[in-house]
Amino acid sequence: MREEQLQTTATASTYTEAYWQGMKLAAPVMLGYLPIAISFGVLAVQTGMSFFHSVLMSMLVYAGASQFMAVNMLAIGAVGIEIVLATFVLNLRHFVMSLSLFSSLQHIPKRWQAVLAHGITDESFALASLKRKTLGEHPSAAIFAGMFSGALGMWLIGTIAGALIGNVVPPALSASMGIALYALFIGLLVPAIRAHWKVGIVALASAGLCWLFSLYLSEGWAIVLATVIGSFTGVWVLEEDDK
Amino acid sequence: MTVTLIIVGMAIATYLPRVLPVFIMDRIHFPAWVNKWLQAIPYAALGALIVPGIFTVEPGAPLVGVIGGLVAAVIAYFRGHIMIVIIAAIAVVYVIQRF
Repeated sequence: MREEQLQTTATASTYTEAYWQGMKLAAPVMLGYLPIAISFGVLAVQTGMSFFHSVLMSMLVYAGASQFMAVNMLAIGAVGIEIVLATFVLNLRHFVMSLSLFSSLQHIPKRWQAVLAHGITDESFALASLKRKTLGEHPSAAIFAGMFSGALGMWLIGTIAGALIGNVVPPALSASMGIALYALFIGLLVPAIRAHWKVGIVALASAGLCWLFSLYLSEGWAIVLATVIGSFTGVWVLEEDDK
Repeated sequence: MTVTLIIVGMAIATYLPRVLPVFIMDRIHFPAWVNKWLQAIPYAALGALIVPGIFTVEPGAPLVGVIGGLVAAVIAYFRGHIMIVIIAAIAVVYVIQRF
């Protein structure tokens, strides 16, 4: 019913509705992002980055691991080109994720896809992909705009808050928040395995590969290679409809 | 100024992998097995993102992340809301770290 509603009409109010629906779907990602973004803001200003640059980085780069790495590398005096290259390698995995997500969103105009692409992160990609099949044949771009801008918005709010409070975050609390994103990933994966147990084989194969690769490679490369190679198991174990 | 330039460089480095698929997708027609591969990517990505990263939640004590992850998995398996899954995992890890 909702699907029909989103498909047949294109008035401003249905776009707004779809946008809010998307933002509500993103609530778990937003919850997971807040502590991480606060930690980033705190770390950035503590290592001497200005408030403006911290927020600019969260807005334009919008990639957790790379941002933490960049702050560290800036603090130890690394050259700009090294930071940019490391960022590129660390985020190559988003290429595969973007390919996978947008191949199922071909009804959305390219220019909107190009805007949405900025919102692709590990977490928003996982959320959008797993929610994708519950959203009907041609889900409105506004749903994904809501999802992605909700996550990015929280990332910015967290960064601003962290950069403002600087030194006063108790380290114990932020350490236990480190589990938040993993809990989010598990909370997305387990129901998917429950619905189609065979996707568990794919996840398990990829997890094993990533663990193996991480012994020899950087975290970024290990995730890229394990995702690309591990997902090939899906070609054998998944049926055409097991999304 | 240098920092601004580095940030702009990083922004390009992160946006390129995100946006390229949008524009190369039309030029290639995927055979059926590639579509299956693309469908499997979210699950493979989740697997790779969880392991081995979860072992490093508490540096030097991989069990802390594992226990937090198991709690999350059990709650998710019994259809607990994903917000509960996250909050419970944070709470369990917080408690473990106190001891």
